[in-house]
Amino acid sequence: MIKINNVSKAFRRNQVLDGINLDIDRGDRIALVGSNGAGKTTLIRCLLGEYIHDGDILMDDLKPRQNRQEVLKKIGFVPQIPPPLKMPVAQLIKFAAGVCDSDPEKMYAVSDSLGLDALKFKKQPFVKLSGGQKQKMLISIALGRDSEFLIMDEPAANLDPEARHNFFNLLAKKKDDTAMIISSHRLDEVASLVNRVVELDQGKIVLNDRVADDVDMDSILSCEVKLTRAENAFADTVGEWGFTSNDNGITWTGTVAGPDRLRFLGVLSRYAGLLKGIKMEEKK
Amino acid sequence: MKHLMLTAMADINESLRSRWFLIYTLIFGGIVVALFITGLTESRVMGFTGLSRTLVTYLQITMAILPVFVLLTTVRSVAGDREAGIFEYLLSLPVGLASWYWGKIIGRFVVVFLPVVLAMILAVVWAAAKGAEIPWGQVLFYTLMLLVLAWCFLGIGMLISSLARSADVAQGAAFIIWLVLLLFLDLILLGIMIQNGATADSVVLIALLNPLQVFRTGAMMLFDPQLVLLGPSAWVILDTFGHTGYLVYSIIYPLLLGTLCAWLGYVFFKRGDLP
Repeated sequence: MIKINNVSKAFRRNQVLDGINLDIDRGDRIALVGSNGAGKTTLIRCLLGEYIHDGDILMDDLKPRQNRQEVLKKIGFVPQIPPPLKMPVAQLIKFAAGVCDSDPEKMYAVSDSLGLDALKFKKQPFVKLSGGQKQKMLISIALGRDSEFLIMDEPAANLDPEARHNFFNLLAKKKDDTAMIISSHRLDEVASLVNRVVELDQGKIVLNDRVADDVDMDSILSCEVKLTRAENAFADTVGEWGFTSNDNGITWTGTVAGPDRLRFLGVLSRYAGLLKGIKMEEKK
Repeated sequence: MKHLMLTAMADINESLRSRWFLIYTLIFGGIVVALFITGLTESRVMGFTGLSRTLVTYLQITMAILPVFVLLTTVRSVAGDREAGIFEYLLSLPVGLASWYWGKIIGRFVVVFLPVVLAMILAVVWAAAKGAEIPWGQVLFYTLMLLVLAWCFLGIGMLISSLARSADVAQGAAFIIWLVLLLFLDLILLGIMIQNGATADSVVLIALLNPLQVFRTGAMMLFDPQLVLLGPSAWVILDTFGHTGYLVYSIIYPLLLGTLCAWLGYVFFKRGDLP
């Protein structure tokens, strides 16, 4: 589907991408990882046809720069940092749906499923939304159109656990006929979502591997966490995940989205000294 | 065409919510209101009466403010949008580069020109309410001159925005260009150049190439057909162009210059990195 042949990009004397070769097929879900300055954003911008570069990028035999509209019609993009757009939410959706020849109602529907009533905010400038609301809006625009290739830069970073679960559900529906690149600084953030890992370092691919793909993206884990004593900070943290306690903060129960299990365990690890027991079971 | 209109509308929506637009509108509205308050529409000074006097003053002030405002807000908003990541996101959508660029220009032109023309309309309405005679020919020609002046500096602003990689550089370049044009507007400077050996032809050429000077001379010509205010240089203008010829030149030249700059800006924009 996508062929990246010997792509290099330099800004003056700074070589940011150095001979990148990569093939991406439908069904591939790639974690694009690497430290700051590794070249992730530059590679994404090359894929979007925004940067001129050496080498070739072909998407179904079309070049993103020369065949901008044909290629970009197939790509849904979620940036890491929401753009500071002053236009109202409704105007943004109208613009995006208009240039993508999509139905704005689909974008509103995705936003609903992520827990954001976009109609309620339709007159509000996009820039005035909260971080999580902006992220949901951008995801709604990317997933609310017919795309064959999703490029997402830390897409779930600002989402609450429930919205993350709904987001994973939406991705699960697209996983077989769509290729995805999910960019992140940390592999553990996106590990459960992907079946390939590509690591960039100083503009070169240093790891390109397939990984076990056993976690259902729409699965849910039922969890029970027992503590040695009640702790307010822990209560606040698991409260954000929707956990509740019936015995004054000793035993906490709730659900965690399957792809979020590593992230949840990472949160629990901060309170390792308090933990008496953890039980996680996949819901049927 | 659909993408062009969507981009223009998006840009208009962005601008209408910007602080610069509010300040810009208040300044032009404020100038007209200030002229009314000082009673210029009712005065008779140097042969200018009623609305004519208001228009002369308004145009002289506009000539000083409009270009720098158009230049700075255009480069700040276009180069600033690029820096802030707005280009990265909006250009990831399947909008054609031509539609994007020219849509942005159209959108900006509407918001830049709208307050100026509204101020003109306000002046006409006020003059009519006061019973003053309205020189429709002058009003329409002046509106046309303001339109091409705004277009000219919008084109220059878009060219600078395409070339500069940061908002700060773009803003600095825009300011310097405006300053240079303003400098050569100074008849004293042009006189000193002649005194120091510059040929009269080269000074006239500079005056004819400077869109600010072209606008000023054209504006003068409407009220002072013999260009008495300009002194001996009036002979060169009237001999070379004639009265009507220069008025046509004062419309065509800024229009072509703005279009050329905007087109060059598009060529650079299309060829380079977008965000």
